[in-house]
Amino acid sequence: MDRIPILKLGRALLVTIQVDMHDRLATALEEDLTQKIVTLAAKGVLIDISALEIVDSFMGRMLDNIAAVSRILDAETVVVGMRPAVAITLVELGLSLSGVKTALNVDRGMALIQRRLDSEGVDADDED
Amino acid sequence: MPTTKTDRLEIRSSDDVVKVRQQTRILAAEAGLSLVDQTKVITAASELARNTLDYGGGGSVQIEFVEAGSRHGVRLTFQDQGPGIADIQEALKDGFTTGSGLGLGLGGAKRLSNEFNIESTVGLGTKIQITRWKTG
Repeated sequence: MDRIPILKLGRALLVTIQVDMHDRLATALEEDLTQKIVTLAAKGVLIDISALEIVDSFMGRMLDNIAAVSRILDAETVVVGMRPAVAITLVELGLSLSGVKTALNVDRGMALIQRRLDSEGVDADDED
Repeated sequence: MPTTKTDRLEIRSSDDVVKVRQQTRILAAEAGLSLVDQTKVITAASELARNTLDYGGGGSVQIEFVEAGSRHGVRLTFQDQGPGIADIQEALKDGFTTGSGLGLGLGGAKRLSNEFNIESTVGLGTKIQITRWKTG
């Protein structure tokens, strides 16, 4: 089965969603990410959705779930790169993604995670 | 009202939901919908296709390019032979779900469409038709 690649960037994980996801792929990503947060002791998760033409309620729920699970595992999720048309549609659909931090792009998302690492005195490249 | 283009797609798996999104995108672009309107109708299509699969036990969708006078738009007609919806008003409320979803699908799809029609008979199935017109 296809898998969405998860890259390690210091203490953060980067996921770039580039395909129109079917539901099983979204569920697999949720499981893979949870596993990687634990095995790599990640402190942050960046999900780049700039290639996504739509986010429906299923995908929105996936993003919410990933953020909730990673928070419990002491990692922060930042969703980056949402297209303006997607944001407008999500709000009209009734999804506010209130549990998910967002940033305009990967750089700003990374800066958010770095700020948290700094405030906790964690070295960005520290492997523990 | 003339219909110039039509496609019928089976909805039997989550891969089919992806195909419905792709086909809707093609027709919405051909109808000249703005990017935001394309995004809205594709999202509504995705919600209704998943409902057809999860609650209707699978079904089909007809995607059409429609013209009325000088207006152009895209129309989708979803049909299933599932259990039907007993209380449509209740099912349209946000947060209502008989499954594991968020309960935004039906009400959300209605908000994202210019026209929304639903017919459902308990034990026989459900038919939902949405239309999104090109604005401006």
